[in-house]
Amino acid sequence: MFQNIGEILVLFWRTVRSLSLTWRQRQKVFDQLYEIGNASLLMACILSAFIGGVIALQTGPVLAERGLNNYIGGLVGVSICKELAPVMMSLLIAGRIGSAMAAEIGSMRVYQEVDALRTMNIDPIHYLVLPRLVAISCALPILVVFSVLVGWIGGAIVSVTNHAINVSFQGFFNNLRDVVDTGDLVNGLFKSFVFAMVIGVVSCHQGLQTIGGPRGIGRSVTKAVVNSIVMILILDYFLTRFLMYFD
Amino acid sequence: MNEPDLNQSGVAVTVSGLYKSYYGEPVLKDLNFEVARGEIFVVMGPSGSGKTVLLKHLIGLEAPDSGEILVEGESIRSPGVMDKFRMAMVFQSSALFNSLTVGENVGLYLTEHRLKPSDEIVRIVRDKLALVGLEGQEDRYPDELSGGMKKRVAIARALVIEPQLILYDEPTSELDPLRSVVIAEEIFRLNRRIHVTSIVVSHERELAFGIADRIAIMNEGEILLVGTPREVRESPHPMIREFLAADFKLKEEKTSL
Repeated sequence: MFQNIGEILVLFWRTVRSLSLTWRQRQKVFDQLYEIGNASLLMACILSAFIGGVIALQTGPVLAERGLNNYIGGLVGVSICKELAPVMMSLLIAGRIGSAMAAEIGSMRVYQEVDALRTMNIDPIHYLVLPRLVAISCALPILVVFSVLVGWIGGAIVSVTNHAINVSFQGFFNNLRDVVDTGDLVNGLFKSFVFAMVIGVVSCHQGLQTIGGPRGIGRSVTKAVVNSIVMILILDYFLTRFLMYFD
Repeated sequence: MNEPDLNQSGVAVTVSGLYKSYYGEPVLKDLNFEVARGEIFVVMGPSGSGKTVLLKHLIGLEAPDSGEILVEGESIRSPGVMDKFRMAMVFQSSALFNSLTVGENVGLYLTEHRLKPSDEIVRIVRDKLALVGLEGQEDRYPDELSGGMKKRVAIARALVIEPQLILYDEPTSELDPLRSVVIAEEIFRLNRRIHVTSIVVSHERELAFGIADRIAIMNEGEILLVGTPREVRESPHPMIREFLAADFKLKEEKTSL
């Protein structure tokens, strides 16, 4: 495990050191961005709407019983912004994009395409890892912005339509505006940026480590997704603690 | 079509004391041989004898436990040597990038290293494809090609580097006999036209005896013999005789039935 973490950190460092080559690889970055957006945007919107809705549904009646139903907007707003959107979107991306990255690079490794790059003096980190890492680091925070907005709307719809909560659309968003500030959004975006790098580097590392044919590719995909999810959830705690100092 | 650079010369390769093991199991055992400039050197042997591992060492994809590989007298592990000499490898699986067109595959080295302007890359790609008999195939994708065509695209991709040393890993595997002959002719013709040193790994005797200047016979990580095709044919070594006779034996059994 420690060897794996060490290798992941080395891969991350080597990718960061090659960031100056991003412009040369811009076409691949755009291709990856399109791939990520195309694969995830609709799913992200559906997921976010229902997350917002379920938060409102679970907490709204409890608040209403205590006469605090006007605070539902702030509660949904903050929880989506700071926690649920970055974490849930990261889990979604780990499953959809991280697995695709590990599978694609893994099959390139198995079918000797990575070796072919090396024989042409093309660094696989520059050619394969850099564009993916840059693309996912840009795409995930953007998806989180979408997720936050759709999640708020989902929460508002449930709050307005559910008689047990009984709050107006305007009341929901007035409270949300009072409670949520730009710092909360930045907080969520920062988390998602870190999670994106974790997903990118873990998945690419797994892909590059693939051995043993189709079964090896399957193993790499599973490992990439599971390791990314575990790392996201562990890091989430420490990042939350760290970001509390700036609240 | 532009004529290839006829002044492009091959390089001499010396392998001395090459040893490699995986998990304590030796795969290459103290290999020693030399390949002359412009020679076609075929490494032959049964599957699992360490031929592909040897090729990977020659191009620097693997590092040996001990021993040395010298190109024109310089160790390939010395800094800058791999950049100084142009080497290319044609993989057993062709290793073409499925997301790129044939043209993009062939021009990848030039595009990524930004060695030429894009219109010149287009021209070079067209020339190299013509050299392997694949004119006008630039816009097709690898999965639209036959196995033989993929191998030829891989050869064209190797030629773009203008290599002084080309390594071929089982160039005729998975091909029907007709296409095997075409690829073998291609390797021979290129070697004679551009004087590139060619090291070919194969377990197919027809290919080896058809194109080789010299042949090395490998078995279980060891080189049993290095010699001309005639010397190999006449070798009294029992394993070599058995290896060469295998399919004749089958033919004899078939006729006696």
